[in-house]
Amino acid sequence: MSHSRPLSPHLSIYEWRITMVLSILHRVTGIFLCGGLLLLAWGLLALAASESAWTVFAGFCGSWFGCLLLLAWTFSLLLHLCNGIRHLFWDAGAGFAKSEYLTSSWVVVIASVALTVAVWMWVMLTGGAA
Amino acid sequence: MNAHAQPQDMRTPLKRVRALGSAKSGAGHWWRQRLTAVALVPLALWFVWLAVRLPHLDFASAHALVATPCNTLLLILFTATGFWHGQLGLQVVIEDYVHTRWVELVLLVAIRFLAVAGALACALAALDVWLGVY
Repeated sequence: MSHSRPLSPHLSIYEWRITMVLSILHRVTGIFLCGGLLLLAWGLLALAASESAWTVFAGFCGSWFGCLLLLAWTFSLLLHLCNGIRHLFWDAGAGFAKSEYLTSSWVVVIASVALTVAVWMWVMLTGGAA
Repeated sequence: MNAHAQPQDMRTPLKRVRALGSAKSGAGHWWRQRLTAVALVPLALWFVWLAVRLPHLDFASAHALVATPCNTLLLILFTATGFWHGQLGLQVVIEDYVHTRWVELVLLVAIRFLAVAGALACALAALDVWLGVY
């Protein structure tokens, strides 16, 4: 069987639009957040197991790689949350006018960036990352 | 008298579309995804509120923070709903992009097993932190 014809997703034929960027980001952040859940499971199991297990977990979270992941997970969670609320409005039949979904796109982007900054400012100001 | 040949299947097309529809599963997946999404809005906000305090805590303080009835209950709800919602979402991604049938099937089964195991592990760990003696 020939695979010369493009299979979905064939993104290269479209110009980039904020709506499609958010649609893709919703999926990407959703997949990424599943990894975040596994980290949370690790943390809870470590907390239940022993202090030394928790120290290993906290050490990972405090490393530069861990911090980078946590920052990415914070942004992913907040973007998926904001955009998810947008999806729920669509499910209720609201916000389908072109001006509305363009505005809501940018509201989601600005809100999730602002909330991520707020969360990390709060973490820094209350004692610095682990 | 009906001159036409006897139909092989006496069920009307309505039988085939009712309940399950052409997708064979009806709106069940869609609806569960929305229900878990609605539940996760307050749960995720609560989790952020809890999680921002954790980086500053040593083992004993982190343990004490999680080990309250309210936080244990909310953690179990958040992780169980989260794993469920994650499984539903990953299922759609796999169904959309994995075009080799057996790989698709293996992945679909694997994420279900992982989601159940993950949710159970989180629930047991949270209960242990709450009820365990340290």
